[in-house]
Amino acid sequence: MPFNRKDLLGLQDLDKKEIQTIIDSVKPFKSLFTRSIKKAPALVGKTVVNLFYEPSTRTRTSFEIAAKRLSADVVNIATATSSIVKGESLIDTGKTLEAMKADIIIIRHSLAGSPEILAKNLNASIINAGDGFHEHPTQGLLDLYTIYEKKKKIEGLKILLVGDILHSRVAKSNIWALTKMGAKLRVAGPPTLIPKNITDLGVEVFYDLDEAIKGVDVVNILRIQMERQQENLFPSVHEYVELYQVTSERLANAKPDVLIMHPGPMNRGIEISSSVADSTSAVINEQVTNGIAVRMAVLYLLAAARTKQGKKHVNTN
Amino acid sequence: MSIQIKNIRIIDPLTKTDKIGDIFIEKGKIVSKLSQVPSKVIDGKNKIAVPGLIDIHSHLREPGQEEKETIATGTRSACKGGITTVFCMPNTKPVTDNAPSVEYILMKSQKEGKVNVFPIGCITKNSPGEELAEIGILKKAGIVAVSDDGLPVNNSQIMRRALEYTKMFSIPVIAHCEDKELSKNGVMNAGKNSMILGLRGIPNQSEEIMVARDIMLSELTAGHLHIAHVSTAGSVELVRQAKKKGLSVTCETCPHYFSLTDDAVKTYDTNYKMNPPLRRQEDVDAIKEGLADGTIDCIATDHAPHTFEDKNKEFDLAPFGIIGFETLLSLVLNELVDKKVLSLQDAIAKMTINPAKIFSLKQRGTLSVGSIADITIIDTEYNYEYKKEDILSKSKNSPFIGRKFKGGAVITIVGGKIAWSKKDGIIN
Repeated sequence: MPFNRKDLLGLQDLDKKEIQTIIDSVKPFKSLFTRSIKKAPALVGKTVVNLFYEPSTRTRTSFEIAAKRLSADVVNIATATSSIVKGESLIDTGKTLEAMKADIIIIRHSLAGSPEILAKNLNASIINAGDGFHEHPTQGLLDLYTIYEKKKKIEGLKILLVGDILHSRVAKSNIWALTKMGAKLRVAGPPTLIPKNITDLGVEVFYDLDEAIKGVDVVNILRIQMERQQENLFPSVHEYVELYQVTSERLANAKPDVLIMHPGPMNRGIEISSSVADSTSAVINEQVTNGIAVRMAVLYLLAAARTKQGKKHVNTN
Repeated sequence: MSIQIKNIRIIDPLTKTDKIGDIFIEKGKIVSKLSQVPSKVIDGKNKIAVPGLIDIHSHLREPGQEEKETIATGTRSACKGGITTVFCMPNTKPVTDNAPSVEYILMKSQKEGKVNVFPIGCITKNSPGEELAEIGILKKAGIVAVSDDGLPVNNSQIMRRALEYTKMFSIPVIAHCEDKELSKNGVMNAGKNSMILGLRGIPNQSEEIMVARDIMLSELTAGHLHIAHVSTAGSVELVRQAKKKGLSVTCETCPHYFSLTDDAVKTYDTNYKMNPPLRRQEDVDAIKEGLADGTIDCIATDHAPHTFEDKNKEFDLAPFGIIGFETLLSLVLNELVDKKVLSLQDAIAKMTINPAKIFSLKQRGTLSVGSIADITIIDTEYNYEYKKEDILSKSKNSPFIGRKFKGGAVITIVGGKIAWSKKDGIIN
């Protein structure tokens, strides 16, 4: 199954076959990691730009290592959001990078839709590395891959997302990918942090974490941002911990072989207890390792689509 | 100059006229017969003459934002859309909260405008909703209403005073109804689409809470409240109940609220970003119902020009608003008349006699003998595509570019002179 896209903007657009194609491409890249030379020549001579308008260590480093392991030339640009508001527009920045012959631009931005704007205005391939509350497709794919690797399937699994669903691009990308692959999704959190229309996406909503956790195969715990408390979305961290911290006691009601996931960075002792984070059920570090392999697969597939189709004829979504 | 329009279907909602006949124009007025041979004869066969359209909600941007629009370009755009009178909102730079600003707009319109321009003054000084503007002086200078459009008057006491004080001038207070805390940081309708797109939502209730409050204040004061750009089912129902009670409440909607839903935002195209935002299909249906049963009195454009640079950016950063003069009539014809929501007569009433009555415009909004000869000639068989390069507004921020229309204005007569025709364009 070929992957014929110019950009990866979100998992909403991808069909099941395309997601499967990406997942099937990950393993050979991951197998490189255990060799003494961790590099493949797939992107020799290609220029990959990490354009990050939001602070990020994990995702940016992951993309950088992924591109370097594929032998691409990688440039990192970190811009504070304030400077774009005052200065050069996103489109002009993109066009400048294109004039420098960037082949693939990886963008992280605090405003939803920013990758789409670049994709519409540039011939370079755009990868969304997280845009506002919209999507974070490579995180969704790496979560999916990690589950797939451990459980050997996705179909029929009960997967729970806990926390701030409303402001989470990770939740959104997870929901799109996992429901398409046949998982049964649940979300748990306070009503103030769960969008009213989330059930339209085929997920089940729980306000009671103990109810939600019963019999699940996977618990994916989302980071809680402290500024949400200032917006009165929950009364205090203390109460959030009381109601929604994932603890060993609560996990007793999940399946015995439950996987614990967290996209990072973790607030230990807030959304996740240390004992859970460090337990044998946790695959949080493997998510990070898989992240590189998944991003290599995405970079490889987009580069291959560019070569095969020529810039002009690639499906631009 | 005298004009005879021959054998034309005349629709005049004031007198419920719908007949084939001739219209005579002399010295800028509609007359029963000409005193001499007409200097121009227009063949009206298969065309419709209606009173010149009155658009009670627009932003001409002058003074202060001439890069977006000027009185010259805005009124040319209106003229092409069959509009002969526009009201311009006071959120210019500086705002229209003082007599010289009103006089400036009137003077500029006189000099450079192609249609009648009636300014709207601020409710509050500088428009932050804190202290009443000198409404009496503004009225003397020539305003037809007051509004802090773009902003609600948050303080209920100030809004109450505005509704009370304006009673002596018989002008309405036009309310931009929005609870700013509920809509905070919102850029589109709150719902499934905003969730999927990851954009902050503006709930219907942000509009409806203020509609309800302002209706109550109108009840308290017996002041004339006119609600701008109604976009939700709940607002329509609130106005319907207010009218049943006999309150002095009128309202308008805009073409986009009966033509589009928030599904259109899907591609983050900022030409679908306006305030209030595009709502759900249920709201669109309710707006149509409100138009049909008379709850909604007027159709206005909320013509809000923005440059390409303003709009060509991240959805959150782009300003609210779309242009509307050149699509008003065609959208009303195609979305309301052709779809049997309104009869042609009733549809025209909402852009002519209804606004003329609500804002006490003398001798306008009708084709009766003795009235000012503002006339729009419509060809319902005029098929065209709305193209960017044909737009006369200085700005091109329209979600309707590329849409194919059937029916539109072909001649616009302002004050007895042909100001625009499909054949010759703007006539100087």
